[in-house]
Amino acid sequence: MAPSEGALLEARDLHARYGEIEAIRGVDLTVARGSIVALLGANGAGKTSTLRALTGTIKTTGTVVFAGRTLQRRTPEDAARIGIGHVPEGRGTLSSLSVWENLMLGAYCVSKRASVRARCDRVIGYFPWLAERKHQPAGTLSGGEQQMLAIARALMLEPQLLLLDEPSLGLGPKIVRDIFALLRTINQQDGVSILVAEQNATVALAVADHAYVLETGRVAVSGPSSELAGNDRVRRSYLGY
Amino acid sequence: MHDLAQQIVSGLATGSIFASMALALVLIYRAMGIINFAQGEMAMFTTYIAWQLVQNGMPMWAAFGATVLVAFVGGVALERLVIRPVERAPQLTVVIVTLGLFTAFNGLAGWFWGFIVKSFPTPFPTSPLQLGGVAFSAQDLGVIVVSLVTLGLISLFFQKTKLGLAMRAAALYPEESRMLGIRVGWMLALGWGLAAVVGAISGIMIAPVVFLDPNMMQTVIVYAFAAAVLGGIESPIGAVVGGLILGVGINLLGTYVDAIGNELRLAAALAVIVVVLMVKPAGLFGRATVQRV
Repeated sequence: MAPSEGALLEARDLHARYGEIEAIRGVDLTVARGSIVALLGANGAGKTSTLRALTGTIKTTGTVVFAGRTLQRRTPEDAARIGIGHVPEGRGTLSSLSVWENLMLGAYCVSKRASVRARCDRVIGYFPWLAERKHQPAGTLSGGEQQMLAIARALMLEPQLLLLDEPSLGLGPKIVRDIFALLRTINQQDGVSILVAEQNATVALAVADHAYVLETGRVAVSGPSSELAGNDRVRRSYLGY
Repeated sequence: MHDLAQQIVSGLATGSIFASMALALVLIYRAMGIINFAQGEMAMFTTYIAWQLVQNGMPMWAAFGATVLVAFVGGVALERLVIRPVERAPQLTVVIVTLGLFTAFNGLAGWFWGFIVKSFPTPFPTSPLQLGGVAFSAQDLGVIVVSLVTLGLISLFFQKTKLGLAMRAAALYPEESRMLGIRVGWMLALGWGLAAVVGAISGIMIAPVVFLDPNMMQTVIVYAFAAAVLGGIESPIGAVVGGLILGVGINLLGTYVDAIGNELRLAAALAVIVVVLMVKPAGLFGRATVQRV
């Protein structure tokens, strides 16, 4: 199949399993360059597994084309190196390391010192408090701060695509709104494409251009966010509100 | 008083060897959660390489540098070739593999160089140094300086360089580190290389005192285990402090407590392991593991 026009990431027939349990069974997914895509669904629908399958964090089959390149043997290290930033479930905070060390490790694959510094300034522009608290152990930050640190750390990589796994998990409504507003800013100002897995469909649909609803490891519905949000049947059966 | 000062310095000298070997154990423990039982034999084997180079006419300090290099490459290669295939196996399997390495290195050294005890040239002056009216052995002072410089450099590497930071992250948070593009497997191999370097330096430092033979490190490694347990098996600082405390403590006990003497020093080290594990299992600098359930 020819890649779609303007696609940054295109996954076809993605499967992934944990031992005997098949977590996703043939997911097709496209992230258009410069867009925000939401991956919705209930607990256990396969959102996390889809993200992990894209970066090869779990055993997976299917094709993934990223920026025109087919990723044959996918590993999380290589995914980071070609420009996919992954903010995992639970934020992936390196809790005993300082805020600053967390940021610097985000830029581990960026070899030019000047780009690291430029990137640093940009990220601190988004989160000025990072500079003030750079010596603090990252594990002592609040949940919302850790989520922002995780996003900041992923941005240090200068990713073309940012994968986020449930950024709203365990956070209050105000912080969740802030984080999603920030994702839109990052998307618009830095041109970073975003694929965000989220249980909180309302807030995700509000910023996403396009959405996929997963059900038991398959894509049940997909379409432009406005269409999904406006469709009563979809809302009742899949989004639960 | 002079006698006490001399005993303390001499204790610090052996203690800094225990500290270095303990650090080597801690480096690998933190990265893999296992004790590398071959650590002492790796140090012994590299010490033989240094001896061979000196025999072939290389100046002592050049042989030292060359051995450090060989140890690093050898440590990395060992991890890649021997440990990596069992990386995902249960920890007990990895421990058994290190026990296998222990016998392999011991046997190989005996095969290459024989089991007869050899003298090892000291890289330091043999005449004592006068400090504040007390004569200290230059060997002891030299060992302390070299060990502390080594430990200092290792600490700087881990605290101040990007690679050192990545190695720390890879040891503590392997999954998260991979997502940042860090090649965790290679970080592990580098850790083995560094541990081998620290071991080689310890071996060369202590060989003039204990003499060179394939079993030379076996007592030392028991003290290093005790030092690592005392300081906290997860703490590099703890390993160093534990080693120094143990070195001085054992030396003073052996000298001033008649009941212990030379013969019971090793037993005293084992007593330290048992007591620490009973009273404060995390060691002086370790944090008790809190597990959320």
